[in-house]
Parts: sequence; C-alpha cells; structure tokens
Amino acid sequence: MADHAHHAEIDKVTGTATTGHEWDGIKELNTPLPRWWIWTFYACIIWSIGYFIVYPAWPLMDGYTKGLFGYSSRAELAVDLANLDKVRGDKMAALATAPLAEIEKDPALLALARAKGKVVFGDNCAACHGSGGAGAKGYPNLNDDDWLWGGTLDQIEQTIKFGARSGHDDAHQGNMPAFGKDGLLTKDQIVIMANYVRSLSGLSTRSGVDLAAGKQLFADNCSSCHGDEAKGNPELGAPNLTDRIWLYGSDEATLIETLTNGRGGVMPAWTGRLDPATIKAMAVYVHSLGGGK
Amino acid sequence: MNQALTSKRITLGEGGLTLVFTLTTVLCVYAAIFAKDAPFAFHAALGAAFSAWAVFAIITRYSRRTGLPPQEINGVPNYNLGPIKFLSFMAMFWGIAGFTVGLYIALELAYPGLNVAQWVNFGRLRPLHTSAVVFAFGGNVLLATSFYVVQRTTRARIAGDLAPWFVAIGYNFFIVIAGTGYLLGVTQSKEYAEPEWYADLWLTIVWVVYLLVFVATLMKRKEPHIYVANWFYLAFILTIAVLHLGNNPTLPVSLLGSKSYIAWAGVQDAMFQWWYGHNAVGFFLTAGFLAIMYYFIPKRAERPVYSYRLSIIHFWALIFLYIWAGPHHLHYTALPDWTQTLGMTFSIMLWMPSWGGMINGLMTLSGAWDKLRTDPVLRMMVVSVAFYGMSTFEGPMMAIKAVNSLSHYTDWTVGHVHSGALGWVGFVSFGALYCLVPWVWGRKQLYSLRLVNWHFWIATLGIVLYISAMWVSGILQGLMWRAYTSLGFLEYSFIETVEAMHPFYAIRAAGGGLFLIGALIMAYNLWMTVRVGESSEAQPRVALQAAE
Repeated sequence: MADHAHHAEIDKVTGTATTGHEWDGIKELNTPLPRWWIWTFYACIIWSIGYFIVYPAWPLMDGYTKGLFGYSSRAELAVDLANLDKVRGDKMAALATAPLAEIEKDPALLALARAKGKVVFGDNCAACHGSGGAGAKGYPNLNDDDWLWGGTLDQIEQTIKFGARSGHDDAHQGNMPAFGKDGLLTKDQIVIMANYVRSLSGLSTRSGVDLAAGKQLFADNCSSCHGDEAKGNPELGAPNLTDRIWLYGSDEATLIETLTNGRGGVMPAWTGRLDPATIKAMAVYVHSLGGGK
Repeated sequence: MNQALTSKRITLGEGGLTLVFTLTTVLCVYAAIFAKDAPFAFHAALGAAFSAWAVFAIITRYSRRTGLPPQEINGVPNYNLGPIKFLSFMAMFWGIAGFTVGLYIALELAYPGLNVAQWVNFGRLRPLHTSAVVFAFGGNVLLATSFYVVQRTTRARIAGDLAPWFVAIGYNFFIVIAGTGYLLGVTQSKEYAEPEWYADLWLTIVWVVYLLVFVATLMKRKEPHIYVANWFYLAFILTIAVLHLGNNPTLPVSLLGSKSYIAWAGVQDAMFQWWYGHNAVGFFLTAGFLAIMYYFIPKRAERPVYSYRLSIIHFWALIFLYIWAGPHHLHYTALPDWTQTLGMTFSIMLWMPSWGGMINGLMTLSGAWDKLRTDPVLRMMVVSVAFYGMSTFEGPMMAIKAVNSLSHYTDWTVGHVHSGALGWVGFVSFGALYCLVPWVWGRKQLYSLRLVNWHFWIATLGIVLYISAMWVSGILQGLMWRAYTSLGFLEYSFIETVEAMHPFYAIRAAGGGLFLIGALIMAYNLWMTVRVGESSEAQPRVALQAAE
C-alpha cells in the first residue's frame, strides 16, 4: 500500500481517505471497521466459547469434550419420552390388558384409546380411508353403519389385525367372481343383472330390461353370498345390495364392470406392524366413528 | 485455405482440443452403442454430437481466423467479450426455464393433480428447478460476470484463446446432461449434487479449466493489486472444486451405465452431503455473488467501496467460518452432539462476517442515495443487499438448535432459502445483467428503464408474497407437528398439516408467478437493448478507463 500512498485522496462526501488503489474506476475508502460490527462479532465468538464449555463440542483423540453437564441429545430424548409417559398416565398399561368391551365402559380408558387411535389412524389408515374415515371409491366409509366384515368391536379388531385378502392366513377371504371374464354369464345377462341390482335399491332401470329374468339370475348366481333378500353376509364380506351404499358405484357401467371383472379390494394385515394395544385403540377409535354396532 | 494454412500456426489449444474431442466422439459413440441403460445411451449420444460439433467448430474457426486476437489494441486491453455475451444469454435462458419449473412444482404442491406423468412429477422436477436456478442461471451469471470483472479489474485480456469458450460451452453442456438426466430419472439422490458420475467428471474438467483461466488472467494483470471482487471469485471457484470432489466420489456400477454408488456411508455421507450443501450456499450463492456486488454496486453508484479494511476482515472471516457450518442441517439426527455444536456455533459466529458484505454494499451508497429514485437497476441491487442481510441473520438464527427444532423440515426453510435466492441472488444477478448487457454489446443504455422499474416492483411483490406465505406456513407446520393433546398424544396427523398448508402453497405459487413475469419483462428489455439499442461507439468504453 505504501508505494501507492501518493494516490490516496480524501473523499469529499464522507471526508474519509481512499486507499489509493483503483480498478476500472473503482476506488476504496479506508474506513475503519464499524465499532458495533466488531463488538457484535466478538460477542458471538465469546458466546460460542461459552457454549463449547457447557456442551459437547470438540473431538479428541479418544472421544470428545463432554461439556460441564454431560449433555446428550439421546438423554434429552429419553427424558422427553418419560415425561410423555407420565402425561399419558398408568392407564396406558390398562389399555394393553383390558378386553375391548371393558375399554368402552371405562370413560378414562375410552378417551385414552380414542386419542391414541386417532393418531395411529391418521398415520396408517387415512391414506386410503381418508383422514376422517369417509372412504373413497373402493375404500369403505367407516362413518356409516354399513360394514362389509361386521361392525362390532371384535369384528373391527379382527379386520384390522388380519385384513382382507391380505395374504395373512387369518385374513378375510372371499371375492366377487368375475362373471363376465370367466364366462359364467353372457354380456346380455350381465346388463340384465346390473339393472336388477339397481332396482333392489329403487334406482331407475333401463327400459325393456327383463327384471323378472334378473330376479331368476340373481337367485341362481348371487344369492348364495348376497342372500335371498340381497341383504349381504358379513361372514363372506358380501355387501348389502339394498341399502344404497356402494363401494364402487351404482351406475350401470360400474355395475357391469363389477359383474364382468369381479372385485377383490385388499385391506392390509396390521398385526406384526402395530402392537396389540395400538390395534385395540384403533378398533375402539373406528368403532366410535359413528356406525359401530 | 492452403495459403491461410501456411501463414498461420495451429495453437496448442486448437490441436489438443481437436484431438481430445475426436477421441471423445469415438468413445461416446461406443458408449451409446453398448450402453447398459437407455438414459446413458441418450447421454452418450448427446456427448458424441457435442464432441463432433466441437471438432467441427474448432476447425471452422481456425480456417476463418487470420491470426490470434491481440492482447491490446493501441495500448488499450482487447477484452474478450464473446464468451460473456454467450453466458449472459444462457443465464437469462436458464433463468426463465428454472423459474417456470419452479412455478410448476409450486402449483404441484398446491394442486397435486398436476403430477400427470413420471417425467414431470415433483420428485424429478424439483432437482431440475433447483439446479436450473442455482447452477444454470446463477452459474452462468457467475461465469459471465467473473469473465468480465476479472478482465476490467486487471486490465488484461482473459487468458487463453479457446479456454474461455471451452468453459462457457462446456459448463452449459454439463447443465444439459444434468437436466435431461433428472427428467429421465437419472440421479444420485444427493441434494444439489444430483448429477451422476459421468456428468460430475465432465464438470470437474470444465471447472479446473475455469480455475486455470481465472488464475492465469490474474497472473498477467496490469494492476498492482487484486481487486476484492476477484478474491471472492477465486474463493468461490476454488472451494466449489473442493466441495464437488469431496461430495461426489462414486463407484459406477458399470462404465457403460448411469448408476453409481457413493463411497461415503451412513452418517459420514450425511455429513459430507451437508458440508457440501451448505457451502454450495456459502461459496456459490454467497461468495460468488458478493464478488458481483463488489464490482457492480460501486460501478453503478459511481462511489468508492465503503471500507477496504472491512472487505479484508469479512472476506477471511467469512471463508474461514462458513466451511464449518454444514452440520446445522443435521441437528437432532444421528450426527454426534459435538459436531452439531460446532455447526451451530460457527453459524452464529458467521453472522457478522456475512453482514460485513451487507455493510460494504449499502454504505457504498453514501453520497449516492438519491440515485435510488432515478435508477431502478441500482435500486434492485441495493434491495438485493438488504435481502442478503435479512437472510444472513435468519440463517444463523435458524441454526440455533432450539429454533431449528421448530423450523427444521418445515416450509420455513424453503422461505429462508427463497428470501436468499429470489431476493439476494436473483436481484443482484438481475442488476448485474442490466449493467452487463449494454456494456458488452456496446449500447449506450438499456432499452427501457421504465420496464426495469416494472420488473423491480412486480418481482419484489412476488418475493414478499412468497416468503411471508412460507414463514406463516412453516411456523404453522412446525407448531402443528409438535402439538400434543392433554392426554399426551399428537394433536394432528401429518395429512391434517398438509391440508393446512394449502392456502399458503397457493399464495407461494402466485408469488413465484409474479417473479417469473418480472423475468420475462427483463428478457424482453435485454433483447430489445441488444436489437435496437443505440450504439455507444461514439463514446467508446475505453474513455471510461481509469483516468490517471
């Protein structure tokens, strides 16, 4: 800098000297460091040194500096979890052992199970059944009183544990056959059947369709699962066809698709993935959504 | 032609590059034929086409040229502006592409139905957006301005004859390989380092040549000292090379396939990743753009830099402290506690060194504040420095573990990044390009300052919408995630927090849309400046040379 000192000049606006350097017309003022800047910088450094002393900070040949109080984030987590257990209280243990019916009778236990069930439902079930359990096409609504596999507490727990067509040995089995694809019914017969099924719920039918023939076809092909009255059978997962609640849809095209290709939606088995107490809490929660029997 | 051949010699660069590109053409054709997967075959074919074109271009250029361009004409440096023009154009092109993709993925988050096909789903477009804005837009701005600034502040023509072109075109070819790879599902799944091994290798070659060109230009400087902007450019170039090599040691499954596996494992991989990731912010998006700030703000304001001493102290403090801060991306993870402590404390200590740049940028305006009323270009750059100051305060704050436990993994991080990216990097780049385009194309002034003004206000409104939506959304998200009921269970399921984000995602997309509109106005303005702008020939730039 000394060899350029003769270039240094005083900037008229600020009254500060320049350094005497110039690049492409750009000069530099020789302004000292702002005091507040340097003191804040020092303060940050001093604060950091303090932090190094209190907390784990520097690696050593063998381990690391542990800090004054031996802090570790793992220990902090353990404390947090212990506090959580304290908030949840000793009812948590009861939840694991109490039979389902007893949980529903004990208001404190019921509240606990529903709180736990809601969280587990949101993380595991909402993706298909919706965050409020309202379902979607192919995924049953859990708020109504129409249950494919039964709506009692025990039946719901059974379904959650082993699922439907999940591959688990104890899973619900039973498919809607593919009447069209497998050649069990002709295309004309399927159209008649679709319209007959619509008529069971009082829905309009295509004019000229022989509903009497439909009734006979139903008796021959469908009643073994859906029942003579078409009220369904929760043992087989066969839905009630008279209650105006449709899993896949009630329009003629959808019904023809159902009859032609069959249906076999999958509900996963949760046993092994969730512990028994959690499954119980979820069963209680689902049962309480509105339609539990 | 024969006569020309006898009267001029082939340079080492011309001969060497012709040989190298001939060889790579053959290699790439071989790789394309025997490739193990379709994307690799596609990339090898692109490589073959690019190499063959390069051979053709070098030979054509040789046959047309008479001699080599002189270093000086009449004692005035003969600055090499061609690569700068190309890089400025590419910066604007990639900028608009990157902003558009950003807008689309913002809309995908608000309206998931827009994920219509695998090539345009969020997972593939997101790295396309980040790479396009950071490396393609930002990178081309850095290359263009560094080539300009290093020449002007050393009073020397840039080193090398073909080398600057090799860097400019080679870098953009890397971007094409990286970007098309993302769309085809080629990625090594490391954030901001997604390109696979062969793209990484090519970038390494380009980057080393960039470093050599820059250093060689500095070494033949006519000025006794090296200007502060060049310190920052050099720190940026050098450190990015180190970061790139440190984070990308991979073993390809096959030399004829796109997939590779990273050498680092587990928490070491995470540590390397965020050492890289944070310093990409530190040295690419901070040091590099501070270099731009240090040249273009004093130049445009026609005022001396506020403090030479501050520039020295904050430069060294910044580059020393930044490199430690990466672990703050891994608070409350498997990373050891002591490492987290160092990441956090060094982030806090980084606050003032970062602000040194802000002080120098803003205080350079003393005596020229009135220009903010009349010059929207300068206003843009000054606002960028204000955003820089804001995000370099927010960053250390978010690095504090207690704050981080709320902000981490939320949209707050996204908001923080964008106040830096849109506000600081975007605006200082726009300001620099608004200065650079008339200068390198020899135009008296911009086509329209009114349009710059429109760009400024539309884009500023966009940024405000974007970052305030993300602040609200991020803090809401963080609070919802940690909310417990009185019974000790989480109050909200994840999907409920996603539903709560929806209005903010829509606002964010609107902000991004405004930012894009601003950039389109800018592209039109720059295009018209080049097309119809009045030539500054009457007053050649040399007249503005340092008059001493």
